[in-house]
Amino acid sequence: MNERHTISILLENAAGALSRVSGLFSARAYNIESLAVAPTEDPTVSRLTVVTSGSPQIIEQITKQLNKLVDVIKLVDLNEGPHISRELMLVKVRAASPDHRAEVKRLADIFKAEVVDITDISFTLELTGSPQRLDDFVEAVGVRHVMEMARSGVLGLLKGSKALKA
Amino acid sequence: MTERLRGAEIFVRALADEGVEFLFGYPGGSVLHIYDEIFKQDKFKHILVRHEQGATHAADGYARSTGKPGVVLVTSGPGATNCVTGIATAYMDSIPMVVFTGQVSTALIGNDAFQEVDCIGITRPCVKHNFLVERVEDLAATIKKAFFVATTGRPGPVVVDIPKDVTANVAEYSYPATVEMRSYKPNLKGHPGQIKRAAQLLATAKKPMIYTGGGVVLDNAAAELTQFARLLGFPVTNTLMGLGAYPGTDPQFIGMLGMHGTYEANMAMHHCDVLCAIGARFDDRVTGDLAKFCPEAKIIHIDIDPASIAKNVPVDVPIVGSVGHVLRDLIEVLQTSGVAAVKRESDAWWQQINEWRALDCLRFDKTSDKIKPQGVIQQLYKATDGDAYITSDVGQHQMWAAQFYPFDKPRRWINSGGLGTMGFGMPAAMGVQLAFPDATVACVTGEASFVMCVQELSTCLQYGLPIKIVSLNNRYMGMVRQWQEFFYDRRYSHSYMESLPDFVKLAEAFGHVGMRIEKPGDVEGAFKEAFAMKNRLVLMDFITDQTENVYPMIAAGKGQHEMHLAPEQAAAPAERELA
Ligand SMILES: Cc1ncc(C[n+]2csc(CCOP(=O)(O)OP(=O)(O)O)c2C)c(N)n1
Repeated sequence: MNERHTISILLENAAGALSRVSGLFSARAYNIESLAVAPTEDPTVSRLTVVTSGSPQIIEQITKQLNKLVDVIKLVDLNEGPHISRELMLVKVRAASPDHRAEVKRLADIFKAEVVDITDISFTLELTGSPQRLDDFVEAVGVRHVMEMARSGVLGLLKGSKALKA
Repeated sequence: MTERLRGAEIFVRALADEGVEFLFGYPGGSVLHIYDEIFKQDKFKHILVRHEQGATHAADGYARSTGKPGVVLVTSGPGATNCVTGIATAYMDSIPMVVFTGQVSTALIGNDAFQEVDCIGITRPCVKHNFLVERVEDLAATIKKAFFVATTGRPGPVVVDIPKDVTANVAEYSYPATVEMRSYKPNLKGHPGQIKRAAQLLATAKKPMIYTGGGVVLDNAAAELTQFARLLGFPVTNTLMGLGAYPGTDPQFIGMLGMHGTYEANMAMHHCDVLCAIGARFDDRVTGDLAKFCPEAKIIHIDIDPASIAKNVPVDVPIVGSVGHVLRDLIEVLQTSGVAAVKRESDAWWQQINEWRALDCLRFDKTSDKIKPQGVIQQLYKATDGDAYITSDVGQHQMWAAQFYPFDKPRRWINSGGLGTMGFGMPAAMGVQLAFPDATVACVTGEASFVMCVQELSTCLQYGLPIKIVSLNNRYMGMVRQWQEFFYDRRYSHSYMESLPDFVKLAEAFGHVGMRIEKPGDVEGAFKEAFAMKNRLVLMDFITDQTENVYPMIAAGKGQHEMHLAPEQAAAPAERELA
């Protein structure tokens, strides 16, 4: 049975470090559903969040192989405990007629999406939430009205006062 | 006290401070500053190879035989790409090696400059780690880190890519005494609770097996393994990479396991109830069909690399730690808990194993008028008192060497197990002979493998390396031919080696001694003659029976109990005729 896991990784902020992670996934034929990376409060450390899927045995291998990379400082499989995960989406929706424009605005209100850009025929909306919530919003708006979209990939942290530190 | 030095000077000083004895290399534009400094120093010896692949294999052979890291220096571009096979070879067998590659100057990187390749990108999947040195200030510390990473934990090759301007720029030099890397802290001690659980499981075993691999050799833990196995009286099998970690002539040793392992080793694996795997990785050539692997066994797995544990086979008692540390702790627990004393007699199990053994699965025809390759290896064993360093290439000859030359000591059997690199044997033997100038070093090879790095015969002459090359010349890529015989209805597609050179003349052309041996009766005398030439490289071209196959054999995808035996032992002997 395949499971989806979110793995959060502290990585040396060094040239080529990201390619070691992505190269590992392709070399060993592991799935990447999303991958997000940026520096942290400590500029020598990047935090990378990867969403992957596989059997429990594969997930275990993924965490072990990641840990083996010399540039990986620490990692946590967020699915091993309570955690928060969020994703950011920017989506440009075509809406020209007054009725349609009102409908899109109403949906944006319901989903607490922010309008960040407007033209005569479109809205660009910003929405944060669980990946499922973003999917739900796109479905509610209607895929055929989506002109383009960009998603950040999932970010996650452990719940509670425990923290992953370098 | 610090001094200000150019990068190239820092490089040679750092290698000297690291205690490097030999640097295997080949010059070119991007490393000429370094070569100039090598010219001026006498702390380490540079060995000029004839192809960069040879440098990596020679460094690898040095590392496998000594346990110290092998060191390589090559130029950018083609120099670096020529190393890739050797780096991957070392990576698959976890061999400590540091490979320095030249790179175009930092200002030119990314410009498709002359002899530029993305060495870091090309080597990334086959190194333990690699570094691009962007500033001369980082050079000494990076070299220190490279040796640290290569030699600790599960060892492996590390590449350090050095742009030319870094070797020209000036920085203060001091070689760090220690390294601290927050992201790399290998764990040596095994978990005490797990070690106790392992001891308890061993105590319950009725049909135990000890299965060990290259990890025991790499961790210099042969003595601990021998003590552990003798304490318990359990049967021991080694992988191809683990041979010599337990004495091959000891009655408790039941042979190599796996695709061409002994009948008794594979049958004992299949039927055992407790399997103690030590520094081995359950490779597909060992396990055969995983669904049929050790169906009755509870498994203990000791390994320094957590990722090796439960990768292919579920494990009941995983123990992460260095093999030597864990075995020492385990022996102590066994001794204090009294398990050791109880377990000495597993008589019914030994009786069963001895029945399997009695089949004599490595039997071969000793009356043939053709030279049998197995017989050549047996004669080699006799001629060297079983005490030589044996390197090999890849193919049938490799398997026969592993089967018919029992190794009593670790680091004596040097072959490319994981990658299976033809061309490895002779350059690897150079590294061994340099490390042990007075030792007997023989390279068992096939006529196809041998020519893949044949140019290194010049290197052997230049440095006076008296290697004995034992070529089992069957005029075939024998291992390929064997598979074609078994699995492709004897369609010998491109496995016959036509237009072979005259190997005697070839050896002579390179300044060495060549011998051709065509009759079984001449084998023993030829070895006597060759080994008497203490200071000469001798290439022995044994014209062997072309039809010979390696037995026993587990076909890919079969279980360990589903072995093919030699035709004279199997029910229906196969008719074989060849070109
Ligand atoms: C570089 C490389 N290319 C191809 C192979 C595939 N291969 C494995 S064994 C073998 C034949 C080796 O022939 P030879 O060296 O004559 O040894 P023999 O099997 O006859 O003893 C080949 C081609 C390999 N292992 N390595």
